[in-house]
Amino acid sequence: MIALLLRDLKLAFRAGGGFGLGLAFFLIVTVLVPFSVGPQSSLLSTIAPGVLWLGALLACLLSLDRLLALDWEDGSLDLLATAPLPLEAVVSIKALAHWLTTGLPLVLAAPFLGVLLNLPVPGFFWLVISLLIGTPAMSVIGTFGAALTVGLKRGGLLLSLLVLPLYVPTLIFGAEVARRGATGMETQTPLLMLAGITAATIALLPFASAAVLRINLR
Amino acid sequence: MSIAAKTNTLWEYANPRKFLATSERVLPFFWMSSLLCLVVGLTWGFFFTPDDYKQGSTVKIIYLHVPAALMAINCWLMMLATSLVWLVRRHHVSALAARAAAPVGIVMTLIALATGAIWGQPMWGTWWAWDPRLTAFLILFLFYLGYVALWEAIEDSDTAADLTSVLCLVGSVFALLSRYAVNFWNQGLHQGASVMRAAAVTGADTEEKVSNIYFYPLLLCIIGFVLLFITLVLYRTGTEIRARRIKALLARERLNG
Amino acid sequence: MIPDLGKYADAVLWSYAASLALLIALVVFSVMRGRKVRMEMEKVENRMTRNG
Repeated sequence: MIALLLRDLKLAFRAGGGFGLGLAFFLIVTVLVPFSVGPQSSLLSTIAPGVLWLGALLACLLSLDRLLALDWEDGSLDLLATAPLPLEAVVSIKALAHWLTTGLPLVLAAPFLGVLLNLPVPGFFWLVISLLIGTPAMSVIGTFGAALTVGLKRGGLLLSLLVLPLYVPTLIFGAEVARRGATGMETQTPLLMLAGITAATIALLPFASAAVLRINLR
Repeated sequence: MSIAAKTNTLWEYANPRKFLATSERVLPFFWMSSLLCLVVGLTWGFFFTPDDYKQGSTVKIIYLHVPAALMAINCWLMMLATSLVWLVRRHHVSALAARAAAPVGIVMTLIALATGAIWGQPMWGTWWAWDPRLTAFLILFLFYLGYVALWEAIEDSDTAADLTSVLCLVGSVFALLSRYAVNFWNQGLHQGASVMRAAAVTGADTEEKVSNIYFYPLLLCIIGFVLLFITLVLYRTGTEIRARRIKALLARERLNG
Repeated sequence: MIPDLGKYADAVLWSYAASLALLIALVVFSVMRGRKVRMEMEKVENRMTRNG
């Protein structure tokens, strides 16, 4: 398992584009927002938590179609399926690797981008916390979407259409935590809901992803 | 013993030929009765019910809005049930019925959203509000789109049936989650469910019920929509079964020739 | 013929028009596709039986 994780991480770093792309995308989205809504700092600080959450979500989506497609093309996915490791574990490792290479950098970059958008000071802590809890769910859900569309030639667009509605609960609760935190309201309820969704998806969704992958590998 | 006999008769329709023969026989009846119910119900509602003292004539939109919204949700539930049957018992008719139902569900969702927007404009002063019920319906619409897109994208029909079934199961859980999430996210403008509340029907609670003058034509419209849904799903499932047969025959032909 | 709909006539008529148009479109498309597929199946089946 650890060998597989290390291999995925190594590939992600070596492939160049894949690793930095999400971060660059996140940065560009954040920079473009003031251009589209105007530079008033009061407006920016109101929408900053939501914009940063949306940017992180889209950046996460961007790298999903590479998650399984490369292994599918060179056949190593078939090898992994016949390996003694259960496919559920393979899928979970894939999701973990995706989170380490995409989700975690986004979480770490978010506060710096928050400065650009005049995020109020108490908001920084809650933004990082909410992203830290929310992004694993996005990786796991994204793995499910990637497993669904892995055999398709033009799966990228379809993948977004399938995955985005599944992101709705995570986005709602995550952005709610960040927004409430930024305005100094209590954050406990949405935070617990967010954590609950993340825990449930991590526990249950790999089974669905593995089932779907088995169908696709048939 | 009797239970076993009963389940046997239900599962008989899993045989495509049997399904086609039976649906052929009952479809004319369903077409006629759904048409009858809709024409009578909508005419009754449109021409022969008084205006509401608060909503004016816009109350007549209820005869389309409520049945369409009900069917939009029930259609997804039906797809969920048939997906489960396909995953567990692998009857092709079941998977094809789910495929046949999805576009009907999309149209029902669209009708509910459109009539709601048209009604909301004079009543709430806005076409659209990010109200939990409205938002949840929009999300349901997105789920329908993704489901249909996945069906269309995959060539092999058995693989497509498997994948869409799993998507339907996972999607149902997330749709339910989203429903509660949007509830939490924004307090509603939309009135509570006023038709199916038991107390409202029996008249025990007076605050916001649909009174009997409106209820009977509405009931007829709901029955009409249900019948139309069944008709369309039966008919479209027949089409899907035939399309699948064509594919199989052509494949066999290519193999032999 | 048409009852007095008051100031909301537009809203009521538009919603009926839109809904009926959508329903009719759905029925027409379903029936057209059904007819096409049924004819195609008969054609293929006939060809199969002729060729054995």
